[in-house]
Amino acid sequence: MGLNRRDFLRIAGLSALAGLGGKTAFEILAPGELEASEVPLPKGVKWGMLINMHKFDDALTKKCIEACHKYHNVPNIGNPKEEVKWIWTDSFHHTFPGQENEYQSEDIEEMPFLLLCNHCTNPPCVRVCPTKATFKREDGIVAMDMHRCIGCRYCMAACPYGSRSFNWGDPRLAPEALNPEFPQNPDYPTRSKGVVEKCNFCAERLAKGEQPACVEAAREENEEAMIFGDLGDPDSEIRKALREHYTIRRKPELGTGPNVFYVI
Amino acid sequence: MLEKAIKGEKKYWGWLAFLLVLIGIGLAAYLYQFFVGLKITGLSRDVSWGFYIAQLTYLVGVAAGGVMVVLPYYLHDYKAFGKITILGEFLAIAAVIMCMLFVFVDVGQPVRIMNVALHPTPNSILFWDFTVLSVYLLLNVVVGWNVLSAELKDIHYQKWVKFLIYVSIPWAFSIHTVTAFLYQGLPGRHYFLTAIMAARFLSSAFAAGPAILILLCLIVRKVSRFDPGKEAIRTLGGIVTYAFIINVFFFLLELFTAFYSQIPGHMHPIVFLFSGLHGVDTLVPWMWTAAGFTVVALILLVVPSTRRNLDTLAVGCGAVIIATWIDKGLGLIIGGFTPTPFETVTPYWPTLPEMAVSVGVYALGFFILTVLYKIAVGIKEEAAGLST
Amino acid sequence: MYDGGKIIIGIVIGLAILLFPFYTNIGKAAKAPEPELTAKAKEAGKCIEPKEFMTSGHMKMLDEWRDEVVRQADRYYKSDWTGEVYYKSLQVTCMECHSNKSKFCDKCHNYADVDPFCWDCHIAPEESDNGPQ
Repeated sequence: MGLNRRDFLRIAGLSALAGLGGKTAFEILAPGELEASEVPLPKGVKWGMLINMHKFDDALTKKCIEACHKYHNVPNIGNPKEEVKWIWTDSFHHTFPGQENEYQSEDIEEMPFLLLCNHCTNPPCVRVCPTKATFKREDGIVAMDMHRCIGCRYCMAACPYGSRSFNWGDPRLAPEALNPEFPQNPDYPTRSKGVVEKCNFCAERLAKGEQPACVEAAREENEEAMIFGDLGDPDSEIRKALREHYTIRRKPELGTGPNVFYVI
Repeated sequence: MLEKAIKGEKKYWGWLAFLLVLIGIGLAAYLYQFFVGLKITGLSRDVSWGFYIAQLTYLVGVAAGGVMVVLPYYLHDYKAFGKITILGEFLAIAAVIMCMLFVFVDVGQPVRIMNVALHPTPNSILFWDFTVLSVYLLLNVVVGWNVLSAELKDIHYQKWVKFLIYVSIPWAFSIHTVTAFLYQGLPGRHYFLTAIMAARFLSSAFAAGPAILILLCLIVRKVSRFDPGKEAIRTLGGIVTYAFIINVFFFLLELFTAFYSQIPGHMHPIVFLFSGLHGVDTLVPWMWTAAGFTVVALILLVVPSTRRNLDTLAVGCGAVIIATWIDKGLGLIIGGFTPTPFETVTPYWPTLPEMAVSVGVYALGFFILTVLYKIAVGIKEEAAGLST
Repeated sequence: MYDGGKIIIGIVIGLAILLFPFYTNIGKAAKAPEPELTAKAKEAGKCIEPKEFMTSGHMKMLDEWRDEVVRQADRYYKSDWTGEVYYKSLQVTCMECHSNKSKFCDKCHNYADVDPFCWDCHIAPEESDNGPQ
């Protein structure tokens, strides 16, 4: 009897659809985590950061920011419209909008809060990325894959903290006057135009057993200013500090689970 | 069937030539953007989505609007719409192509855009938007083409086409729901974070899409010998009216929640749009213009005599299009990103190059629409024995 | 045939244009590229894998490296050939020996007319006119 051409094409088409559909159906069960779960890192580490604002002044925050931006070749674009920043300072009002009251102390009004990516436990940016260019590692770091990013900026829309920057132009073409000796770190790449970037908790430094650049810079002046460590280890320095001090996080009501804690 | 598009009068070619000029300008502006980067737009670190994405949002609605003709005809046998379903489908094709182009021009690394297909990410709504829009485009192309060819050959289309038509009906609802989901689930953006966003989107779409379709039908009536039919146009007018009333009602619901609860996060974007915030009031005149056109549209559409009269209906539809475009194409995205996560206000306005690229994309969409309509109208004229 | 004259002339002109690259280059063979090794590379004697493998396979290897490093935090490469472990980095490891990009990498890339966009982000080592620093 045999199959006629129409039936054959029909069956072939349906099988192809079933095959393609199957892969997608599988991925639905483990959204965005299939690749991140293959990270073979020190098991059970969960990175977090504590920033003790009482130990900071403008000079120290500047030192931290410079350490980070120098190490990662973050360009100084020179205008707030297109600026790229991995760590920066802002006022209490802007860091914790909704928390302020008109009767609080001047100290708090004048504190130069350090802001950076919070490497959330439940990051909305990872949830929305269409290519998994931003993904959550097993150690908690929300990482960026610059090779894969298509520059759609959905992650920037999703981040409730404004932690992410986009390369609106070629970072290597940033004003020379503002970026003498750019790139300052020949061991780390720059980025190209059209991709999103942000703090990466110095993953490449952690891999060598070093602390993040900002933390190292801060602790040179005052060991209590910044603590970076394993939130999963109850005996770690950061866990001890978290027990000792009352800390707040940015917008915790959104359920993102930020891992940067502020002592104010 | 394509040969219908290459035989036309002077006005037809003149219109296409004009569009080609606009496309050329858009292309030049886009090449500038491609080589220099998105810094040539008005976008910034704080307002990272703007005009391009807003146009995508508006046009997805227009594409979905075609279902308001397809649904009554195929599910409820409303015969009067039979002549214009193809016009709705072709409008959807042009609109979806424009949507995809607006995404393409907005993306920072367009050469990598296939990463969305190479690394499917079902938890990302953008992945689903990419998927449902592509499928919707395919559906409309396949259905439109087959139905039109069948009409040309004076036979009934194949049964499997009917199945695809049935799929396209919920699919049209889905494309705009998915697009709404892009915004509706973002925890930091209070203007977007509302369950009614998808409903607002759909109601706005079902007002704007058919309104555009009515204007297109009236134009077709004027420039060709094909008459879509007064009854079809009037029924569409009724659909626009109801959809627009619902759209306005939903907006008023948003106003109530924001201002009765007095929660700053809910209020501030609306205050920014309608009254200005921190001294930035770029959108205020636009939003109040939209409000004015809304009132005009409501009067012209609700009053039966002005809705019946095709001229006043046309004005009413124009008002609907302007009002919905300002709401979605300007207010929605800019309002969503204002104030910033830091409760500051960063002004945004599209730059000239940004507008040039957008004009180019719109011109390309209109070009495709013109060609498709020329084909459809040509075939219908022939089928009715009206061509010479 | 009708309009035979015009057609034949057209064919001749068409062929002349189409075959232009071929007949203008008869007798001129482009020289095979000869990438130069730096003093440091010569001293090392060998790369992390055999020359033949690297010549044909470095693109794939680098492509695999970039996903392994970024996405799986797998930063070290054990070479079965040399037995040593290397830090997976084009910029830091490869370019340490092959720091003369314009006389090494670019030689073959220009010949084959490929333009890898690695260098958009990864920093190429500085070269002076006298050779690599």
